[in-house]
Amino acid sequence: MGGENKPSGVLLSALGTLGHHVTDAVQRLGFASRFFVMLLLWSGQSFRRINLTIREIYFSGFQSLLIIMVSGLFIGMVLGMQGYDTLQRYGSADALGVLVALSLVRELGPVVAALLFASRAGSSITAEIGLMKATEQLMAMDMMAVNPIARVVAPRFWGGVISMPLLAALFSATGVFGGYLIGVVFIGVDEGAFWSQMQASVDFRYDVWSGIVKSFVFGIAVSLIAVFEGYDAVPTAEGVSSSIKSTVVKSALAILALDFVLTSFMFREAG
Amino acid sequence: MSADNLVEIKDLDFAYEDRPILKGISLSIPRGKVVAMMGGSGCGKTTLLRLIGGQLRPSRGEILVDGQSVPALNNDELYAMRRRMGMLFQFGALFTDISVFDNVAYQMREHTDLPEEVIRDMVLMKLNAVGLRGAHALMPAELSGGMARRVALARAISLDPMLIMYDEPFAGLDPISLSVIGQLIRKLNDALGATTIMVTHDIQESLHIVDFIYFMSEGKIVASGTPDEIRASKHPFVHQFVCAEADGPVPFHYPAEPLMDEMLGKGTHGR
Repeated sequence: MGGENKPSGVLLSALGTLGHHVTDAVQRLGFASRFFVMLLLWSGQSFRRINLTIREIYFSGFQSLLIIMVSGLFIGMVLGMQGYDTLQRYGSADALGVLVALSLVRELGPVVAALLFASRAGSSITAEIGLMKATEQLMAMDMMAVNPIARVVAPRFWGGVISMPLLAALFSATGVFGGYLIGVVFIGVDEGAFWSQMQASVDFRYDVWSGIVKSFVFGIAVSLIAVFEGYDAVPTAEGVSSSIKSTVVKSALAILALDFVLTSFMFREAG
Repeated sequence: MSADNLVEIKDLDFAYEDRPILKGISLSIPRGKVVAMMGGSGCGKTTLLRLIGGQLRPSRGEILVDGQSVPALNNDELYAMRRRMGMLFQFGALFTDISVFDNVAYQMREHTDLPEEVIRDMVLMKLNAVGLRGAHALMPAELSGGMARRVALARAISLDPMLIMYDEPFAGLDPISLSVIGQLIRKLNDALGATTIMVTHDIQESLHIVDFIYFMSEGKIVASGTPDEIRASKHPFVHQFVCAEADGPVPFHYPAEPLMDEMLGKGTHGR
Protein backbone atom coordinates (compact mmCIF):
# COMPACT_ATOMS: atom_id res chain seq x y z
CA MET A 1 0.00 0.00 0.00
CA GLY A 2 2.69 2.43 1.11
CA GLY A 3 4.77 1.56 -1.99
CA GLU A 4 2.26 3.39 -4.16
CA ASN A 5 3.78 6.72 -3.16
CA LYS A 6 7.33 5.76 -4.17
CA PRO A 7 8.36 6.70 -7.72
CA SER A 8 8.70 3.02 -8.74
CA GLY A 9 5.18 2.32 -7.42
CA VAL A 10 3.73 5.23 -9.38
CA LEU A 11 5.55 4.09 -12.52
CA LEU A 12 4.32 0.53 -12.09
CA SER A 13 0.74 1.60 -11.59
CA ALA A 14 0.94 3.94 -14.61
CA LEU A 15 2.33 1.07 -16.70
CA GLY A 16 -0.42 -1.19 -15.39
CA THR A 17 -3.10 1.34 -16.37
CA LEU A 18 -1.53 1.76 -19.81
CA GLY A 19 -1.45 -2.03 -20.23
CA HIS A 20 -5.10 -2.25 -19.26
CA HIS A 21 -6.06 0.42 -21.77
CA VAL A 22 -4.12 -1.33 -24.54
CA THR A 23 -5.60 -4.77 -23.84
CA ASP A 24 -9.07 -3.24 -23.53
CA ALA A 25 -8.66 -1.47 -26.86
CA VAL A 26 -7.43 -4.64 -28.59
CA GLN A 27 -10.27 -6.63 -27.10
CA ARG A 28 -12.84 -4.06 -28.26
CA LEU A 29 -11.31 -3.99 -31.72
CA GLY A 30 -11.66 -7.77 -31.88
CA PHE A 31 -15.23 -7.54 -30.67
CA ALA A 32 -16.01 -4.82 -33.23
CA SER A 33 -14.52 -6.92 -36.07
CA ARG A 34 -16.56 -9.93 -35.00
CA PHE A 35 -19.62 -7.69 -34.83
CA PHE A 36 -18.95 -6.44 -38.38
CA VAL A 37 -18.69 -10.01 -39.70
CA MET A 38 -21.94 -10.94 -37.92
CA LEU A 39 -23.56 -7.83 -39.36
CA LEU A 40 -22.54 -8.82 -42.89
CA LEU A 41 -23.69 -12.41 -42.36
CA TRP A 42 -27.08 -11.24 -41.10
CA SER A 43 -27.54 -8.58 -43.78
CA GLY A 44 -29.67 -10.75 -46.08
CA GLN A 45 -32.89 -9.69 -44.41
CA SER A 46 -32.09 -6.00 -44.98
CA PHE A 47 -32.33 -6.63 -48.72
CA ARG A 48 -35.00 -9.33 -48.74
CA ARG A 49 -37.26 -7.11 -46.66
CA ILE A 50 -36.18 -3.94 -48.34
CA ASN A 51 -38.87 -1.92 -46.53
CA LEU A 52 -36.80 -2.19 -43.34
CA THR A 53 -33.82 -0.55 -45.05
CA ILE A 54 -35.94 2.05 -46.89
CA ARG A 55 -37.40 3.10 -43.53
CA GLU A 56 -33.87 3.69 -42.22
CA ILE A 57 -32.85 5.58 -45.38
CA TYR A 58 -35.83 7.83 -44.64
CA PHE A 59 -34.82 8.35 -40.99
CA SER A 60 -31.09 8.80 -41.42
CA GLY A 61 -30.87 10.04 -45.01
CA PHE A 62 -34.01 11.96 -45.87
CA GLN A 63 -34.28 13.60 -42.46
CA SER A 64 -30.67 14.83 -42.74
CA LEU A 65 -31.41 16.56 -46.04
CA LEU A 66 -32.16 19.97 -44.57
CA ILE A 67 -28.95 20.33 -42.56
CA ILE A 68 -26.88 18.87 -45.42
CA MET A 69 -28.32 21.20 -48.06
CA VAL A 70 -28.26 24.33 -45.92
CA SER A 71 -24.65 23.65 -44.90
CA GLY A 72 -23.70 22.89 -48.51
CA LEU A 73 -25.22 26.16 -49.67
CA PHE A 74 -23.37 28.22 -47.05
CA ILE A 75 -20.04 26.48 -47.62
CA GLY A 76 -20.45 27.02 -51.37
CA MET A 77 -21.20 30.71 -50.80
CA VAL A 78 -18.15 31.11 -48.55
CA LEU A 79 -15.99 29.33 -51.14
CA GLY A 80 -17.37 31.71 -53.77
CA MET A 81 -16.34 34.77 -51.77
CA GLN A 82 -12.96 33.50 -50.59
CA GLY A 83 -12.14 32.00 -54.00
CA TYR A 84 -13.03 35.18 -55.85
CA ASP A 85 -10.95 37.28 -53.46
CA THR A 86 -7.85 35.14 -54.13
CA LEU A 87 -8.36 34.44 -57.83
CA GLN A 88 -9.02 38.03 -58.88
CA ARG A 89 -5.56 39.03 -57.55
CA TYR A 90 -4.10 36.83 -60.28
CA GLY A 91 -6.66 37.88 -62.85
CA SER A 92 -8.20 34.46 -63.04
CA ALA A 93 -11.61 35.10 -61.49
CA ASP A 94 -13.16 33.12 -64.38
CA ALA A 95 -11.73 29.95 -62.79
CA LEU A 96 -14.00 30.42 -59.76
CA GLY A 97 -16.31 27.63 -60.97
CA VAL A 98 -13.41 25.17 -61.10
CA LEU A 99 -12.19 26.08 -57.63
CA VAL A 100 -15.63 25.78 -56.06
CA ALA A 101 -16.49 22.53 -57.83
CA LEU A 102 -13.15 20.79 -57.21
CA SER A 103 -13.02 21.78 -53.54
CA LEU A 104 -16.52 20.46 -53.02
CA VAL A 105 -16.48 17.32 -55.12
CA ARG A 106 -13.06 16.11 -54.05
CA GLU A 107 -12.93 17.12 -50.38
CA LEU A 108 -15.54 19.25 -48.70
CA GLY A 109 -18.58 17.39 -50.05
CA PRO A 110 -17.66 13.92 -48.76
CA VAL A 111 -15.88 15.11 -45.58
CA VAL A 112 -18.26 17.79 -44.30
CA ALA A 113 -21.36 15.81 -45.30
CA ALA A 114 -19.96 12.79 -43.42
CA LEU A 115 -19.17 14.89 -40.33
CA LEU A 116 -22.70 16.32 -40.38
CA PHE A 117 -24.17 12.87 -41.00
CA ALA A 118 -22.25 11.47 -38.01
CA SER A 119 -23.58 14.15 -35.69
CA ARG A 120 -27.14 14.19 -37.03
CA ALA A 121 -27.88 10.56 -37.96
CA GLY A 122 -25.00 8.58 -36.38
CA SER A 123 -25.70 9.92 -32.91
CA SER A 124 -29.42 9.19 -33.19
CA ILE A 125 -28.77 5.63 -34.42
CA THR A 126 -26.48 5.04 -31.42
CA ALA A 127 -29.03 6.55 -29.03
CA GLU A 128 -31.86 4.47 -30.45
CA ILE A 129 -30.01 1.14 -30.37
CA GLY A 130 -28.45 1.94 -26.97
CA LEU A 131 -31.84 2.76 -25.45
CA MET A 132 -33.37 -0.37 -26.99
CA LYS A 133 -30.62 -2.29 -25.25
CA ALA A 134 -31.08 -0.45 -21.94
CA THR A 135 -34.84 -1.12 -21.97
CA GLU A 136 -34.27 -4.82 -22.77
CA GLN A 137 -35.97 -4.49 -26.17
CA LEU A 138 -33.05 -6.14 -27.95
CA MET A 139 -33.05 -9.00 -25.48
CA ALA A 140 -36.84 -9.35 -25.82
CA MET A 141 -36.46 -9.51 -29.59
CA ASP A 142 -33.79 -12.19 -29.27
CA MET A 143 -36.07 -14.20 -26.96
CA MET A 144 -38.81 -13.93 -29.61
CA ALA A 145 -36.42 -15.71 -32.01
CA VAL A 146 -35.84 -12.51 -33.99
CA ASN A 147 -32.15 -11.73 -34.39
CA PRO A 148 -31.57 -8.09 -33.31
CA ILE A 149 -28.52 -7.78 -35.60
CA ALA A 150 -30.63 -8.78 -38.61
CA ARG A 151 -33.74 -6.85 -37.61
CA VAL A 152 -32.39 -3.69 -35.96
CA VAL A 153 -28.67 -3.27 -36.65
CA ALA A 154 -28.24 -4.32 -40.31
CA PRO A 155 -31.04 -2.15 -41.79
CA ARG A 156 -29.68 0.91 -39.95
CA PHE A 157 -26.16 0.16 -41.17
CA TRP A 158 -27.19 -0.26 -44.81
CA GLY A 159 -29.54 2.72 -44.60
CA GLY A 160 -26.52 4.83 -43.59
CA VAL A 161 -24.19 3.32 -46.20
CA ILE A 162 -26.71 3.99 -48.99
CA SER A 163 -27.62 7.50 -47.77
CA MET A 164 -24.08 8.82 -47.36
CA PRO A 165 -22.96 9.10 -51.03
CA LEU A 166 -26.34 10.59 -51.97
CA LEU A 167 -26.09 13.18 -49.20
CA ALA A 168 -22.50 14.04 -50.19
CA ALA A 169 -23.60 14.49 -53.81
CA LEU A 170 -26.44 16.79 -52.75
CA PHE A 171 -24.06 18.69 -50.48
CA SER A 172 -21.69 19.28 -53.40
CA ALA A 173 -24.53 20.22 -55.75
CA THR A 174 -26.00 22.82 -53.38
CA GLY A 175 -22.46 24.03 -52.67
CA VAL A 176 -21.80 24.62 -56.37
CA PHE A 177 -25.11 26.47 -56.54
CA GLY A 178 -24.02 28.58 -53.54
CA GLY A 179 -20.73 29.40 -55.30
CA TYR A 180 -22.68 30.34 -58.45
CA LEU A 181 -25.03 32.53 -56.44
CA ILE A 182 -22.19 34.55 -54.92
CA GLY A 183 -19.74 34.46 -57.83
CA VAL A 184 -22.05 34.99 -60.80
CA VAL A 185 -25.23 36.57 -59.42
CA PHE A 186 -23.77 38.91 -56.77
CA ILE A 187 -20.13 39.53 -57.77
CA GLY A 188 -20.65 39.34 -61.52
CA VAL A 189 -18.17 36.67 -62.70
CA ASP A 190 -18.97 35.70 -66.27
CA GLU A 191 -21.59 32.95 -66.20
CA GLY A 192 -20.36 31.20 -69.36
CA ALA A 193 -16.79 31.06 -68.06
CA PHE A 194 -17.96 29.85 -64.64
CA TRP A 195 -19.77 26.81 -66.05
CA SER A 196 -17.59 26.03 -69.09
CA GLN A 197 -14.32 26.06 -67.11
CA MET A 198 -15.94 23.87 -64.50
CA GLN A 199 -17.08 21.38 -67.14
CA ALA A 200 -13.69 21.35 -68.81
CA SER A 201 -11.63 20.89 -65.64
CA VAL A 202 -13.66 18.57 -63.45
CA ASP A 203 -12.75 15.05 -64.49
CA PHE A 204 -15.32 12.38 -63.80
CA ARG A 205 -12.81 9.57 -63.24
CA TYR A 206 -10.44 11.41 -60.89
CA ASP A 207 -12.63 14.01 -59.25
CA VAL A 208 -16.25 12.92 -59.12
CA TRP A 209 -15.51 9.22 -58.79
CA SER A 210 -12.95 9.75 -56.02
CA GLY A 211 -15.55 11.84 -54.15
CA ILE A 212 -18.10 9.04 -54.48
CA VAL A 213 -15.61 6.41 -53.28
CA LYS A 214 -14.71 8.60 -50.30
CA SER A 215 -18.28 9.19 -49.26
CA PHE A 216 -19.06 5.48 -49.61
CA VAL A 217 -16.11 4.58 -47.35
CA PHE A 218 -17.11 7.29 -44.84
CA GLY A 219 -20.66 5.93 -44.93
CA ILE A 220 -19.42 2.46 -43.98
CA ALA A 221 -17.18 3.86 -41.22
CA VAL A 222 -19.78 6.18 -39.66
CA SER A 223 -22.63 3.68 -39.88
CA LEU A 224 -20.50 0.89 -38.42
CA ILE A 225 -19.31 3.08 -35.55
CA ALA A 226 -22.88 4.27 -34.87
CA VAL A 227 -24.47 0.81 -34.76
CA PHE A 228 -21.56 -0.74 -32.86
CA GLU A 229 -21.48 1.95 -30.19
CA GLY A 230 -25.24 1.55 -29.71
CA TYR A 231 -25.13 -2.23 -29.60
CA ASP A 232 -22.13 -2.22 -27.25
CA ALA A 233 -23.46 0.57 -24.99
CA VAL A 234 -23.47 0.01 -21.25
CA PRO A 235 -27.23 -0.32 -20.68
CA THR A 236 -27.62 2.69 -18.37
CA ALA A 237 -28.33 6.39 -18.92
CA GLU A 238 -24.62 7.26 -18.51
CA GLY A 239 -23.60 4.36 -20.74
CA VAL A 240 -25.85 5.44 -23.61
CA SER A 241 -24.78 9.06 -23.26
CA SER A 242 -21.11 8.06 -23.34
CA SER A 243 -21.73 5.89 -26.43
CA ILE A 244 -23.33 8.80 -28.27
CA LYS A 245 -20.31 10.96 -27.45
CA SER A 246 -18.04 8.15 -28.66
CA THR A 247 -19.94 7.88 -31.95
CA VAL A 248 -19.45 11.56 -32.73
CA VAL A 249 -15.77 11.67 -31.67
CA LYS A 250 -14.72 8.37 -33.27
CA SER A 251 -16.64 9.09 -36.47
CA ALA A 252 -14.98 12.49 -36.84
CA LEU A 253 -11.51 11.02 -36.28
CA ALA A 254 -12.21 8.09 -38.59
CA ILE A 255 -13.50 10.40 -41.35
CA LEU A 256 -10.44 12.67 -41.18
CA ALA A 257 -7.94 9.80 -40.98
CA LEU A 258 -9.60 7.87 -43.79
CA ASP A 259 -9.75 11.05 -45.88
CA PHE A 260 -5.99 11.45 -45.57
CA VAL A 261 -5.35 7.82 -46.50
CA LEU A 262 -7.79 7.82 -49.43
CA THR A 263 -6.56 11.17 -50.75
CA SER A 264 -2.94 10.03 -50.69
CA PHE A 265 -3.86 6.90 -52.66
CA MET A 266 -5.93 8.89 -55.13
CA PHE A 267 -3.18 11.46 -55.72
CA ARG A 268 -0.68 8.70 -56.35
CA GLU A 269 -3.09 7.13 -58.81
CA ALA A 270 -3.73 10.43 -60.55
CA GLY A 271 -0.01 11.24 -60.73
CA MET B 1 -36.02 -37.20 -18.01
CA SER B 2 -39.59 -37.80 -16.99
CA ALA B 3 -42.08 -36.97 -19.76
CA ASP B 4 -44.17 -35.19 -17.12
CA ASN B 5 -41.52 -32.50 -16.71
CA LEU B 6 -41.23 -29.77 -19.32
CA VAL B 7 -38.02 -28.36 -17.84
CA GLU B 8 -35.33 -30.30 -16.04
CA ILE B 9 -32.12 -28.85 -14.67
CA LYS B 10 -29.32 -30.98 -13.25
CA ASP B 11 -26.19 -29.90 -11.36
CA LEU B 12 -26.15 -26.50 -13.04
CA ASP B 13 -23.23 -24.16 -12.40
CA PHE B 14 -22.92 -20.72 -13.88
CA ALA B 15 -20.37 -17.95 -13.37
CA TYR B 16 -19.85 -14.49 -14.83
CA GLU B 17 -16.12 -14.69 -15.51
CA ASP B 18 -14.78 -15.81 -12.10
CA ARG B 19 -17.82 -14.70 -10.07
CA PRO B 20 -20.01 -17.75 -9.39
CA ILE B 21 -23.77 -17.04 -9.68
CA LEU B 22 -25.40 -20.47 -9.66
CA LYS B 23 -23.94 -23.45 -7.81
CA GLY B 24 -25.20 -26.98 -8.37
CA ILE B 25 -28.85 -26.19 -9.11
CA SER B 26 -31.14 -29.16 -9.78
CA LEU B 27 -34.87 -28.77 -10.26
CA SER B 28 -37.75 -29.85 -12.42
CA ILE B 29 -40.81 -28.01 -13.68
CA PRO B 30 -43.81 -30.28 -14.36
CA ARG B 31 -45.97 -29.67 -17.44
CA GLY B 32 -49.04 -27.52 -16.94
CA LYS B 33 -47.91 -26.11 -13.59
CA VAL B 34 -47.13 -22.59 -12.43
CA VAL B 35 -43.83 -22.64 -10.55
CA ALA B 36 -42.24 -19.70 -8.75
CA MET B 37 -38.52 -19.17 -8.24
CA MET B 38 -38.10 -16.99 -5.18
CA GLY B 39 -35.22 -15.35 -3.43
CA GLY B 40 -33.72 -11.99 -2.64
CA SER B 41 -32.38 -9.65 -5.27
CA GLY B 42 -29.15 -10.85 -6.86
CA CYS B 43 -29.51 -14.51 -5.89
CA GLY B 44 -29.40 -15.67 -9.53
CA LYS B 45 -33.11 -16.07 -10.32
CA THR B 46 -33.08 -14.01 -13.52
CA THR B 47 -29.82 -15.67 -14.60
CA LEU B 48 -31.59 -19.01 -14.30
CA LEU B 49 -34.38 -17.80 -16.63
CA ARG B 50 -31.82 -16.61 -19.15
CA LEU B 51 -30.08 -19.98 -19.01
CA ILE B 52 -33.38 -21.78 -19.69
CA GLY B 53 -34.02 -19.39 -22.60
CA GLY B 54 -30.55 -20.12 -24.01
CA GLN B 55 -29.29 -16.53 -23.69
CA LEU B 56 -26.49 -17.72 -21.42
CA ARG B 57 -24.52 -20.95 -21.44
CA PRO B 58 -23.85 -22.85 -18.22
CA SER B 59 -20.32 -23.63 -17.04
CA ARG B 60 -21.50 -27.13 -16.09
CA GLY B 61 -24.68 -29.14 -15.88
CA GLU B 62 -27.71 -29.91 -17.98
CA ILE B 63 -30.78 -27.87 -18.98
CA LEU B 64 -33.49 -29.86 -20.75
CA VAL B 65 -36.59 -28.18 -22.16
CA ASP B 66 -39.15 -30.54 -23.69
CA GLY B 67 -36.45 -33.20 -23.89
CA GLN B 68 -33.91 -31.03 -25.75
CA SER B 69 -30.65 -29.89 -24.18
CA VAL B 70 -30.72 -26.08 -24.52
CA PRO B 71 -26.92 -25.46 -24.35
CA ALA B 72 -26.37 -28.04 -27.13
CA LEU B 73 -28.73 -26.36 -29.61
CA ASN B 74 -27.29 -24.47 -32.58
CA ASN B 75 -28.61 -21.03 -33.46
CA ASP B 76 -31.46 -22.21 -35.72
CA GLU B 77 -32.57 -24.88 -33.29
CA LEU B 78 -32.44 -22.41 -30.42
CA TYR B 79 -34.61 -19.93 -32.34
CA ALA B 80 -37.05 -22.77 -33.21
CA MET B 81 -37.23 -23.56 -29.49
CA ARG B 82 -37.72 -19.90 -28.54
CA ARG B 83 -40.74 -19.66 -30.84
CA ARG B 84 -42.38 -22.04 -28.39
CA MET B 85 -41.37 -19.94 -25.38
CA GLY B 86 -42.85 -16.65 -24.23
CA MET B 87 -41.00 -14.32 -21.91
CA LEU B 88 -42.20 -11.33 -19.97
CA PHE B 89 -39.41 -8.97 -19.00
CA GLN B 90 -39.27 -7.06 -15.75
CA PHE B 91 -40.39 -3.74 -17.23
CA GLY B 92 -42.28 -5.16 -20.18
CA ALA B 93 -39.60 -4.33 -22.81
CA LEU B 94 -42.30 -3.24 -25.27
CA PHE B 95 -41.04 -1.86 -28.58
CA THR B 96 -41.53 1.84 -27.99
CA ASP B 97 -41.65 2.89 -31.66
CA ILE B 98 -44.72 0.80 -32.55
CA SER B 99 -48.28 0.66 -31.19
CA VAL B 100 -49.73 -1.82 -28.70
CA PHE B 101 -51.37 -3.68 -31.61
CA ASP B 102 -48.11 -3.93 -33.55
CA ASN B 103 -46.24 -5.08 -30.45
CA VAL B 104 -48.60 -8.03 -30.02
CA ALA B 105 -48.61 -8.72 -33.78
CA TYR B 106 -44.79 -8.58 -33.95
CA GLN B 107 -44.01 -12.28 -33.61
CA MET B 108 -46.96 -13.32 -35.78
CA ARG B 109 -45.69 -11.12 -38.60
CA GLU B 110 -42.06 -12.22 -38.13
CA HIS B 111 -42.67 -15.94 -37.88
CA THR B 112 -45.86 -16.72 -39.80
CA ASP B 113 -47.32 -16.01 -43.23
CA LEU B 114 -50.79 -15.41 -41.84
CA PRO B 115 -52.88 -12.85 -43.72
CA GLU B 116 -53.27 -9.49 -42.00
CA GLU B 117 -57.00 -10.07 -41.30
CA VAL B 118 -56.23 -13.24 -39.34
CA ILE B 119 -53.41 -11.49 -37.45
CA ARG B 120 -55.84 -8.68 -36.60
CA ASP B 121 -58.36 -11.09 -35.10
CA MET B 122 -55.67 -12.98 -33.18
CA VAL B 123 -54.13 -9.80 -31.77
CA LEU B 124 -57.49 -8.49 -30.64
CA MET B 125 -58.23 -11.84 -28.96
CA LYS B 126 -54.91 -11.76 -27.12
CA LEU B 127 -55.50 -8.17 -26.05
CA ASN B 128 -59.03 -9.07 -24.99
CA ALA B 129 -57.62 -11.82 -22.80
CA VAL B 130 -55.60 -9.23 -20.86
CA GLY B 131 -58.49 -6.72 -20.89
CA LEU B 132 -56.82 -4.18 -23.18
CA ARG B 133 -58.56 -4.63 -26.53
CA GLY B 134 -59.69 -1.01 -26.26
CA ALA B 135 -56.06 0.15 -25.94
CA HIS B 136 -54.81 -1.44 -29.16
CA ALA B 137 -54.13 1.86 -30.90
CA LEU B 138 -52.14 3.42 -28.03
CA MET B 139 -48.38 3.78 -28.06
CA PRO B 140 -46.36 2.16 -25.22
CA ALA B 141 -45.50 5.61 -23.80
CA GLU B 142 -49.22 6.24 -23.23
CA LEU B 143 -49.66 3.18 -20.99
CA SER B 144 -49.44 2.95 -17.20
CA GLY B 145 -46.93 0.47 -15.71
CA GLY B 146 -49.63 -2.13 -15.08
CA MET B 147 -51.09 -1.77 -18.59
CA ALA B 148 -47.64 -2.05 -20.18
CA ARG B 149 -47.06 -5.28 -18.24
CA ARG B 150 -50.39 -6.66 -19.50
CA VAL B 151 -49.55 -5.76 -23.11
CA ALA B 152 -46.18 -7.46 -22.68
CA LEU B 153 -48.05 -10.47 -21.36
CA ALA B 154 -50.31 -10.50 -24.44
CA ARG B 155 -47.19 -10.30 -26.59
CA ALA B 156 -45.50 -13.14 -24.68
CA ILE B 157 -48.45 -15.46 -25.39
CA SER B 158 -48.98 -14.31 -28.98
CA LEU B 159 -47.80 -17.61 -30.50
CA ASP B 160 -49.43 -19.81 -27.79
CA PRO B 161 -46.12 -20.90 -26.21
CA MET B 162 -45.59 -24.18 -24.36
CA LEU B 163 -43.49 -22.40 -21.73
CA ILE B 164 -44.06 -18.89 -20.39
CA MET B 165 -41.34 -17.25 -18.30
CA TYR B 166 -41.92 -14.17 -16.19
CA ASP B 167 -39.10 -12.04 -14.81
CA GLU B 168 -40.39 -10.15 -11.76
CA PRO B 169 -43.93 -9.70 -13.14
CA PHE B 170 -45.08 -7.85 -10.00
CA ALA B 171 -42.22 -5.36 -9.63
CA GLY B 172 -43.37 -1.77 -9.16
CA LEU B 173 -47.12 -2.41 -9.53
CA ASP B 174 -49.96 -1.01 -7.43
CA PRO B 175 -52.00 -3.60 -5.46
CA ILE B 176 -54.83 -3.75 -8.02
CA SER B 177 -52.54 -4.18 -11.05
CA LEU B 178 -50.52 -6.69 -9.06
CA SER B 179 -53.57 -8.82 -8.36
CA VAL B 180 -54.75 -8.51 -12.01
CA ILE B 181 -51.37 -9.71 -13.32
CA GLY B 182 -51.36 -12.56 -10.77
CA GLN B 183 -54.79 -13.77 -11.85
CA LEU B 184 -53.84 -13.45 -15.54
CA ILE B 185 -50.70 -15.53 -15.07
CA ARG B 186 -52.75 -18.37 -13.58
CA LYS B 187 -55.67 -18.04 -16.01
CA LEU B 188 -53.54 -17.85 -19.16
CA ASN B 189 -51.39 -20.80 -18.10
CA ASP B 190 -54.46 -22.98 -17.64
CA ALA B 191 -56.28 -21.72 -20.75
CA LEU B 192 -53.26 -22.25 -23.03
CA GLY B 193 -52.26 -25.56 -21.43
CA ALA B 194 -48.81 -24.01 -20.98
CA THR B 195 -46.22 -24.28 -18.22
CA THR B 196 -45.13 -21.21 -16.30
CA ILE B 197 -41.91 -20.28 -14.52
CA MET B 198 -42.17 -17.08 -12.56
CA VAL B 199 -39.20 -15.33 -11.00
CA THR B 200 -40.40 -13.10 -8.21
CA HIS B 201 -39.88 -11.95 -4.66
CA ASP B 202 -43.54 -11.22 -4.04
CA ILE B 203 -44.33 -14.04 -1.64
CA GLN B 204 -47.91 -13.16 -0.74
CA GLU B 205 -49.20 -12.89 -4.31
CA SER B 206 -47.28 -16.00 -5.36
CA LEU B 207 -48.71 -18.16 -2.59
CA HIS B 208 -52.19 -17.51 -4.05
CA ILE B 209 -51.51 -18.51 -7.63
CA VAL B 210 -48.61 -20.97 -7.92
CA ASP B 211 -48.47 -24.76 -7.67
CA PHE B 212 -44.90 -25.03 -6.42
CA ILE B 213 -42.18 -22.74 -5.10
CA TYR B 214 -38.39 -23.03 -5.17
CA PHE B 215 -36.42 -20.77 -2.83
CA MET B 216 -32.99 -19.66 -3.95
CA SER B 217 -30.23 -18.04 -1.96
CA GLU B 218 -26.66 -17.30 -3.02
CA GLY B 219 -27.02 -19.37 -6.17
CA LYS B 220 -28.43 -22.49 -4.53
CA ILE B 221 -31.89 -23.97 -4.02
CA VAL B 222 -32.38 -23.80 -0.25
CA ALA B 223 -36.02 -24.90 0.07
CA SER B 224 -38.99 -25.94 -2.00
CA GLY B 225 -42.62 -26.95 -1.60
CA THR B 226 -46.26 -26.32 -2.38
CA PRO B 227 -47.77 -23.07 -1.07
CA ASP B 228 -49.26 -24.93 1.93
CA GLU B 229 -45.92 -26.54 2.77
CA ILE B 230 -44.20 -23.17 2.47
CA ARG B 231 -46.70 -21.50 4.82
CA ALA B 232 -46.10 -24.25 7.39
CA SER B 233 -42.32 -24.38 6.85
CA LYS B 234 -39.97 -23.94 9.81
CA HIS B 235 -36.94 -23.48 7.52
CA PRO B 236 -35.17 -20.32 8.77
CA PHE B 237 -34.70 -18.84 5.28
CA VAL B 238 -38.33 -19.49 4.27
CA HIS B 239 -39.52 -18.12 7.59
CA GLN B 240 -37.49 -14.93 7.14
CA PHE B 241 -38.83 -14.53 3.61
CA VAL B 242 -42.50 -15.26 4.39
CA CYS B 243 -42.47 -13.01 7.45
CA ALA B 244 -40.33 -10.37 5.72
CA GLU B 245 -37.85 -10.12 8.61
CA ALA B 246 -34.96 -7.72 8.10
CA ASP B 247 -32.28 -10.02 9.49
CA GLY B 248 -31.83 -13.77 9.53
CA PRO B 249 -30.06 -16.22 7.22
CA VAL B 250 -30.10 -13.36 4.69
CA PRO B 251 -28.00 -10.80 6.57
CA PHE B 252 -28.94 -7.12 6.78
CA HIS B 253 -25.29 -6.11 6.32
CA TYR B 254 -23.24 -6.56 3.19
CA PRO B 255 -20.07 -8.42 4.32
CA ALA B 256 -17.68 -5.92 5.94
CA GLU B 257 -15.00 -5.68 8.60
CA PRO B 258 -16.15 -5.05 12.16
CA LEU B 259 -17.46 -1.48 12.53
CA MET B 260 -15.08 -0.71 15.42
CA ASP B 261 -11.99 -1.63 13.34
CA GLU B 262 -13.23 0.59 10.52
CA MET B 263 -13.89 3.52 12.89
CA LEU B 264 -10.48 3.22 14.54
CA GLY B 265 -8.72 3.23 11.19
CA LYS B 266 -7.58 -0.40 11.30
CA GLY B 267 -9.66 -1.44 8.28
CA THR B 268 -8.75 -1.41 4.60
CA HIS B 269 -10.05 2.16 4.35
CA GLY B 270 -7.56 3.19 7.04
CA ARG B 271 -6.75 6.87 7.12
